[in-house]
Formats: sequence, C-alpha cells, structure tokens
Amino acid sequence: MIKSFEKAMARLEEIAALLEDGSQTLEDSLKLFEEANELALFCEKQLDNAEKKLKILTKNGQEFKIQEEMF
Amino acid sequence: MDFSRDIENKEAVYSVAEITQEIKILLESSIPAIWVQGEISNFVHHSSGHNYFSLKDEDAQISAVMWRSRTGSLFFTPKNGMKVLAFGTIRVYEKRGTYQLDVQKMIPAGIGELQLAFEQLKQKLNEEGLFNAEFKKPIPSLPEKIGIVTSPTGAAVHDLIQVLQRRFPAVEIFLRPTKVQGEGAALDIAQAIKEFNEFGQVDVLIVGRGGGSLEDLWAFNEEVVARAIFASEIPIISAVGHEIDFTISDFVADLRAPTPSAAAELVVPLAQDLLTRVRNLQKDNFTNITRRIAELRDRLENLSLSYGFRRPLDLLLQHRQRLDELERVIQITMGNKLSSLGRNLQQVNQRLSGLHPESVLKRGYSLAWKNDDHHILREAAALETEDSIHIHFYRGGVDARVGSVFPNETFDNIYKKNSNKMDEK
Repeated sequence: MIKSFEKAMARLEEIAALLEDGSQTLEDSLKLFEEANELALFCEKQLDNAEKKLKILTKNGQEFKIQEEMF
Repeated sequence: MDFSRDIENKEAVYSVAEITQEIKILLESSIPAIWVQGEISNFVHHSSGHNYFSLKDEDAQISAVMWRSRTGSLFFTPKNGMKVLAFGTIRVYEKRGTYQLDVQKMIPAGIGELQLAFEQLKQKLNEEGLFNAEFKKPIPSLPEKIGIVTSPTGAAVHDLIQVLQRRFPAVEIFLRPTKVQGEGAALDIAQAIKEFNEFGQVDVLIVGRGGGSLEDLWAFNEEVVARAIFASEIPIISAVGHEIDFTISDFVADLRAPTPSAAAELVVPLAQDLLTRVRNLQKDNFTNITRRIAELRDRLENLSLSYGFRRPLDLLLQHRQRLDELERVIQITMGNKLSSLGRNLQQVNQRLSGLHPESVLKRGYSLAWKNDDHHILREAAALETEDSIHIHFYRGGVDARVGSVFPNETFDNIYKKNSNKMDEK
C-alpha cells in the first residue's frame, strides 16, 4: 500500500507544479484538480492508518511463521 | 659392569602401563583446575565440534582440547596468535602417552586481545572491499515494512519500536528475535539476516542492540555477521550500542545509526509532516484553480458588458457548457467532503450560479435576436419595423414581427408610461 503512497505523493507534487504554472487549458486544469483531490484523499487515508501489531518472524524447517503480538 | 643385580630387584621394574598410570595419578591429583595463559597455535575446529590447539609461550607449549560441550561458553572465536587465559585440568592420555590441558573456559588475555582482533579483522575486510561506498545500498525513503534483528527483551527493542510507531503508525514491523551476546550470538545474528533475505518482504533491516562492554557487543565484530550484512540484498542499518561504539557491523552496513532509537528516526519520516505537505499542496491547488475560474468569470462578465459586441448564439451555448462543467467538478469535489475546500467551493458555486444564463433568464430577462443573423440584440436601433425576430424566455420562445421601434427609450420612460396607464385603470 505505501509503495503506491510514494507514487501518489510524487504525482500530487507534480500536479501542484502544473497548476501553479497555469499553462494548462481550463479542461486539463479541471481534470488535474480532480485527480489531485482523489490522490490527496488516498494519501490522507494511508497516513491515518495505524498498525496495531508487531509481527514476530520465525523459521520452522523451510517455512516461515508470523506470530502477531500487540505492541 | 654387572646388570643382573639391577634386574633381579623386580619391584623397580615398571611396565609402560604402570609408569603411565603413576604419571597420570601424579599429574591429575596434584594439579587442580588452573588458569593457564598462553598464545593459541595450531588451532583446529574439528567437524565434530571439538577444538584442538596448543598453548605456547617462548619456552614451552602444551596441547589443549576444548570439547564441544564446553565451547558453548565462548563469546569469541579463538584464532592462532591470540593470547588467552584458559581454565581447565591436566589430563594424561595413556594410549598416546601425552598430556593435555582439558579446557573448560577460555577468554582473551585482556581487552587488548579483543582490540587486536578487531583491528585485524577490520583491516582484512577493508582490504577485501567490504566497507567500500560503492557497495552501500540506498535506504528507502518511505519503507512499508521494516525488519528488526535484535534481542526481543530489553530497552533497545522497546524504544526502537516505540519511536517507529510514533513517527509512522502505518509502518509494518517484523521482529526476528536473536541473542545479542554470548555463545552463538554471532551465528544467530547472521542467520537472522539470511532468513529475512529469504523471507524477502521487508524493505529495510535494522540490526543492533543496546549499549554494553566490548565483550557484550563482540558478536557485532565477528566475521560471520560482517559477511552476512555484506551479502544482504535488503539494505541494512546497523544500530549497536551507544554513540561512541563503533563495530565492524557499522562499517559494513549500508548505514550506521548511533543507537537503535536513532535508527528509527533515520528510517521513517514523520507521518504528520507528510500529512501537512499533502494539505498544503491541496490548498495551493485550490487557490490556483479558483484563480483560473475567477479569470474565466471576469472574462465572461467583460464580454457580456462590452458595447457593439455581437456574439453568435452558439458561442453563448459554449460558455454555458463550460459553466456546467465547472459546476460538475465542484459538485464532485464537494461530495468528497474535504470540508475547508467544500466551504470555499460553495461560495464559488453561488457566484457561478448567478452567472449562468438560465438564472439570468429566470429573473425575467429575455434574449432576443434577429432570425436572419442570430446576433443577440442589445439595441432597438438594430431593428426596423416588420423585422422578424425570435424572443427566448426562461421557458420557451416566440417568433415576433417588430412593430414600432423606440431607439431612445429608457427604463425610466417605460416605468412612467405604465404607471400612468395603471392610474387610468
């Protein structure tokens, strides 16, 4: 999830620069603005999320096992 | 010479076994468990797990063995040339006619020995290139999953996790618990790093422990750990001890943190900062887009106010379409409930509604044009009696034929004329 968060942030920055520039047509500006809104919502949602458990990794033979523990 | 008299005294003749037994009893009973200091040589770590070596100094040497069951107590890897203190008992091996120090415990002869080993390994690995900058991998700026190799108990892991959680609550944390000092620690740490690489799902590893003495931290100076760090495809931050402690792991790792908590600060950004950045970008975007809309609004107002201006009907329809689009975007945006944006957009929406041709018509104004050229009429002077015109109302329209033309009529004139008529009634 956060890998796409990185991309979302990068695209948000990109759109901000384009809209600042003002060289887009009105239609394109509106489309960019709409895209930026969706990206911003996505980013906010990612950042508000909180992991509640620590994952303990152990290897049994050839297999990995993950045990979750509250922080 | 007469040997016969010596041989007749049988009590004086020992068998090999007998004399060996005497020696064994003598040595083993009169020499208790003792510490012996010497330099290791001919060191062999047998496949059985037993260590065979000699301890020597300038004048003598003694064979030694450390059985596998005893090597558990070693916190360091014995090497030829190391000066050590070995604790054990003397044992005589009858079959081979040798005696040996049976070592129970062994430690380096002084801190100096450890420091020497440190320098030697550091030089060796440096010459091999393990510390070179070109092999250091970049640490990801926004890791999604973090792996930790450390002791599951103690303040270090607790602080590390706490700082990670506080800074970036969304990050996933994996812990592979290991020993961090004493027997088997170095192997355990190296194994943990390999396991994370096999598991593969983490973006970065933090390998370390809390503060301690040189002996306590020693595992992180061992070659097996250094090589595991170097071989790791996952970037590694080493975080061993306090700010002043430098271990071989620190030199090989992709990044050194002075403490485990510092590693947490290095590896994740503050989610709060990112949130602020996102909101600021959106504020800027909103400012920029409303400025564009305001520019359009101003242009439309100017166009509609200018004299001698004839706009074909279809251009008016185009403008109406544009305003429809603006309203649609605003509706969608308001629907997303970004509340501060929503409030501002409501205001823009209200102003735009006023501009919309339909709301102008709703207030009672109408549009008129000549049927033969479709230019919107503003002046009566453009018409002549008998011209065919179309009048469009809020709802519906009519074709009409012009009657009398009053080019200089003003609103005030009309008002007076009509109120006179009403008074007459």
